[in-house]
Formats: sequence, C-alpha cells, structure tokens
Amino acid sequence: MCEQTIEPSKELIDDPSWFKDGAIASWPICFGYIPIGLALGVLANQADIPFWAVAMMSMLVFAGSAQFICVAMLAAGASTWSIIFTTFVVNLRHFLMSSAVAVHLNGLRRLFLSFFAYGITDESFAVNMTHFRTGNWDHKRAITVNQLANTTWILSTVCGALLGQFIPRGAFGTDYALTAMFLALLLFQLHNIVYVFTGMAALGIGVAWYLLIPGDSYIIGSSISAATLGYFFKQYREKHK
Amino acid sequence: MNFPDYLFLFAGMGLVTYLPRWLPLFFLAQRDLPKWLVDWLSLIPVAILCALLAPILFTDQNSRCLELGKPELLVAIPTLLFAVKTKSLGGTVLVGMGLYWFSGFLIL
Repeated sequence: MCEQTIEPSKELIDDPSWFKDGAIASWPICFGYIPIGLALGVLANQADIPFWAVAMMSMLVFAGSAQFICVAMLAAGASTWSIIFTTFVVNLRHFLMSSAVAVHLNGLRRLFLSFFAYGITDESFAVNMTHFRTGNWDHKRAITVNQLANTTWILSTVCGALLGQFIPRGAFGTDYALTAMFLALLLFQLHNIVYVFTGMAALGIGVAWYLLIPGDSYIIGSSISAATLGYFFKQYREKHK
Repeated sequence: MNFPDYLFLFAGMGLVTYLPRWLPLFFLAQRDLPKWLVDWLSLIPVAILCALLAPILFTDQNSRCLELGKPELLVAIPTLLFAVKTKSLGGTVLVGMGLYWFSGFLIL
C-alpha cells in the first residue's frame, strides 16, 4: 500500500465554510483546554505570578506542559536559563509534528507557514492530521483549528489566574478530556496493520522509556523508534506479499 | 520578578518553543519530500499519540512506576468502543469524561 497525500480540491479551498469547519473540528480541543488552562492559571496565582504575566506567557509560549513546568520551576526558585532550557527539551517533540504536517502544506507561502508554526501543539496537530487524511481539509481550516485553540488557551489561563480559586479541580471528569480525545484520534489513525503495529510499539517502548529514563525524552524517543520499526515492518510486508 | 524579567523569560521560552515548530515547516513544505520520508512521517501521528498515552494509561505518574488496571486504562476501553461505534470525536470526549467522572465514585 502506498501512502498518498490527498490534495484538497479547488472547490474545497474556495468554499466559504472553512471557518465553520475549523470551529467544529476544534471544539474538543477547546473543551479540553479550558480546565487545564484554568488549572494553570490557579497554580500561577498560587506561585504569585501576576495575571498579566500569565497572559504574556500563554501568548508568547503557547505550550501547555512547558508552561506548567515553568510555573513549578518559578515557584521552586529556578533560574531563567534553566527554565528556558527545560522548555526547549520539552517542546522538541514538535519538530517531528511540524515535519509531518509539512507534507500537507506543500508550496504555501512562507509567511503563512511561519504563522501556522506558532499554533502547532500536540492537540491541534493530531486533529489536523486526522482531517488532512480525509482529503476534506486545507490550510485555512487547519489554521482556524490552531488559532481557536490558541485563543481558548490564552483566555482560560488568564481566567484561571483571575478567578481560578473558586473552581474545583477535576470536576465532571475534565481531567480526562484530552486523554479521551487522544484515544479517539488514535483510533481514527489506525488505517491498517502497519499503523496498529506502530502504535503497539510506541506504547511498549513509551512505557519502558518512561519508567527507565527520567524527564520527557520518552515522547520523542519512543515515537521515533516506533515509526522506524513501523516503516521497516511496512517494507517487509511489501516485499513478502 | 517584574515586567522585564518576565518578558525576557517568556520571550526566551517562546523562541525555543517556536523554532522546532517553525524550521521543518519553513524548509520542508517548499519541496517534494522523498517517498521513504513521507512514509515514515505518516507513521509519526500514531507513534506520538501512543507515546503521549503510554504513561497516562499504564503507569502511576507520581511515583513513575508500572501500574496496570488504573481507572484511566479501564475507562479507555469503553471510550474506545464508543469511538469505534460512533466515529465521533466530540462524543468520545464527552463519554470519556463522563465515565472517568463516574469511575471516581466507584474506585477509591
């Protein structure tokens, strides 16, 4: 089986419903971001980080896990450089996602690509890739997903910093929102046995790596290893058909 | 910390976050990639999703130990079945949240 990139049709790109399509696709992300953003704001508030600094951080950084780590490190009195270095390591995984999404944004203007890059997160990446595969997706819809998620994130974190102490943590199972979203997106990506194999490999290597090696390197380490194993598995299957 | 300190910190964090997101897009999207790379990259979403899920489903993240049968994993099974049946992303998120919330009352 050959992996083809499906180009969006001219009609799709000209279709005025791109904003609506993007908004519908982004709501599970936004829904998941609200409790996490509020939680981040509350923690920042407890660490004596003012709300305007939270707003500035969410706008300039836009990376949930790195922002949580930053708040924890600030609360622990870590140095600026150690926080910046940690952020770099934690967010290096986006290099892979950006490479994978580049396949679908072939030939677009570099200004657009530079703006698009700002909004690449685990969540927007997974949602956009799932939609790109269907062929009913283009760059306008994808950047709508990125930017609505971004806006929701900024507003939630600032709200959390301003009034977060009144909201109970984990109410209504909100802690599970993004996990459930990842599960569904994973399921939609399992097109054939090669993808199932890759996923199983990433789970196995991911657990082992996470248990044996401290830090967040398990994300990059296990996804590169699993994709490589999956690639060779695919080659093997094509040869022995 | 005051305004310039925060600005310096967040601008630094923003830069190191932006660069890995920007470099591949800026340099890869302008050219046709070799087939092996496209094939390999097409497996990256599944691999990353599983890598992100692995510790959530199979380990205790406070002690960083293996833990099988935690609520996150048990809830994942009906959540996945719902996703298979309905193919709905939003519905799956709501069902997963509801089940996880409900599991909090059962498993103590």
